[in-house]
Amino acid sequence: MSDFDFTSTAYNAQLAEKKLMGSRCKKCGHTFLPPRALCSHCHSSEMESLEFSGKGKLAAYTVIYFGPTFMKNAGYDSKNPYCAGIVDLEEGPRISAQIFGVDIAHPETIQIGSPLTAEFFERGEGESKKVFLGFKA
Amino acid sequence: MTERKLGRGVALVGAGMSKFGAFPGKNTRELFVEAYQEMTASLDKGFDPAAVEAAYIGNFSSELFEGQGHTAPIMTDWVGLTPVPATRVEGACASGSLALRQGILAIASGLYDVVLVGGIEKMTGLTTDGATDALATAADVTYEIPAGFTFPGMYAAIATVYMHEYGMTPETLLQVGIKNHEHGALNPKAQFGQRISAIMEARKASAARKGKPVPTWVTELDFLHDAAANPQIAWPLRLFDCSPVSDGAASVLLVSEDIARQYTDAPLHLIGTGQASDTALHGRSTLTSLPAAKKAGQIAYEMAGVTPADIKAVEVHDCFTIAEIVATEDLGFFKPGEGWKAAEDGLTTRGGARPVNSSGGLKSKGHPVGASGVGQVVEIFHQLRGSAGERQLPGSPGVGMTHNVGGTGQTCVVNIFERR
Repeated sequence: MSDFDFTSTAYNAQLAEKKLMGSRCKKCGHTFLPPRALCSHCHSSEMESLEFSGKGKLAAYTVIYFGPTFMKNAGYDSKNPYCAGIVDLEEGPRISAQIFGVDIAHPETIQIGSPLTAEFFERGEGESKKVFLGFKA
Repeated sequence: MTERKLGRGVALVGAGMSKFGAFPGKNTRELFVEAYQEMTASLDKGFDPAAVEAAYIGNFSSELFEGQGHTAPIMTDWVGLTPVPATRVEGACASGSLALRQGILAIASGLYDVVLVGGIEKMTGLTTDGATDALATAADVTYEIPAGFTFPGMYAAIATVYMHEYGMTPETLLQVGIKNHEHGALNPKAQFGQRISAIMEARKASAARKGKPVPTWVTELDFLHDAAANPQIAWPLRLFDCSPVSDGAASVLLVSEDIARQYTDAPLHLIGTGQASDTALHGRSTLTSLPAAKKAGQIAYEMAGVTPADIKAVEVHDCFTIAEIVATEDLGFFKPGEGWKAAEDGLTTRGGARPVNSSGGLKSKGHPVGASGVGQVVEIFHQLRGSAGERQLPGSPGVGMTHNVGGTGQTCVVNIFERR
């Protein structure tokens, strides 16, 4: 991945290929998803790309009944809520994502610490169609 | 880190605010004029507008909320203070406190002796969906919002971790809302200045008047458990766990300490100020605390030379009920994991051992985001000067604190004031 330039555009281009591409500091080994060009841990600029396994655990979650406009456009509302969460990735970092495969009707039963795997999905129509990162229990 | 001190003392001599609420006929400048007029009236030895040398205005997003950018000079113009330098300061929901800090730093540096600070926001011109989308821009729109997160959603995620780690249930959150409405019922400036029981009785009366079936709620908890009256927004947060969308403005006057008594015989002294920044919520090692709030608090305590036990009046950033519980731990009032028990035991009520948000907090008073940080200072001004009326805290508090959060804690500001 020599042409991967640690930008959100490059990250999203990889998501479109169903790949989870972040970065790792060559100096201190700190891992980043989304990718960064400068290590916020040791301040080094020697960064390499790192493909993440997509495996992780649920660190935090909520079931959202009133979402942002783009989620309403995707068909979600108070009658059809969705789960959003923070995922603790195997490689270290945490990331926000929509969570699938959990009991939306009983939020109190969703378990923090549950194993999750990445699930790439498309949303939007025509030119605004885009691949999003989700995780599945 | 080196201990930081202000270059010279800064005093708070005047404070005022508009009512917070939904005001369809008023824009930010008109609300700011109301806040400014109340502020100047609070200067008990009179006031010469020509003495003001600069203005700092906190404003999150008038561009999105009312289609107006470049708001600071409009505020100074509308109160007749041009050509003083007018600077807008933005830090999401902490914008007001950032403006205050700029005023503090400007006086402490010796550049100015008299600085006007304001906070403004007009949010109700948008629909609830529009306001939700506008507020979402205070989060990371590249990496947080695509997950479907909203602000209630992100604070709800904090709540799920807090419940998981410390055993709290959503019931405790309802108690925070009940308490803040009790406090706000004594605040004439509050958007929802009513106890939840009063809101409940009003709804019953309205149903009866319209010939609709009258709900059978008896207690406030009956009302809050009713999914129709108090719908889920982002589990475990319901509608009454969330601060409202609001319009409002607030204004204070800061002066250098040595001239404070030209303005009032009861100046308050700014003895500690701290500010810190942080990464997005998902990037943090803890989700049960806002590290930047903790850091800002530590800096402010150290500068002031006081401890949590010395703080007798405090306004914390309760944009959601869980945020108040976390704030009381981050500021050292309760140990990590014990804030929820304190809330449940009533320690944070006006009559409790550690009263929090005597104004009603953002929940009941309202949360016009850019104005909120300055609005908190207005409450502390009154509590420390004994002019808080019906909601005056007992024991004549002499040291007060404000805690203001931008986003989910990417920006945090803590200030400490003292009456001498």
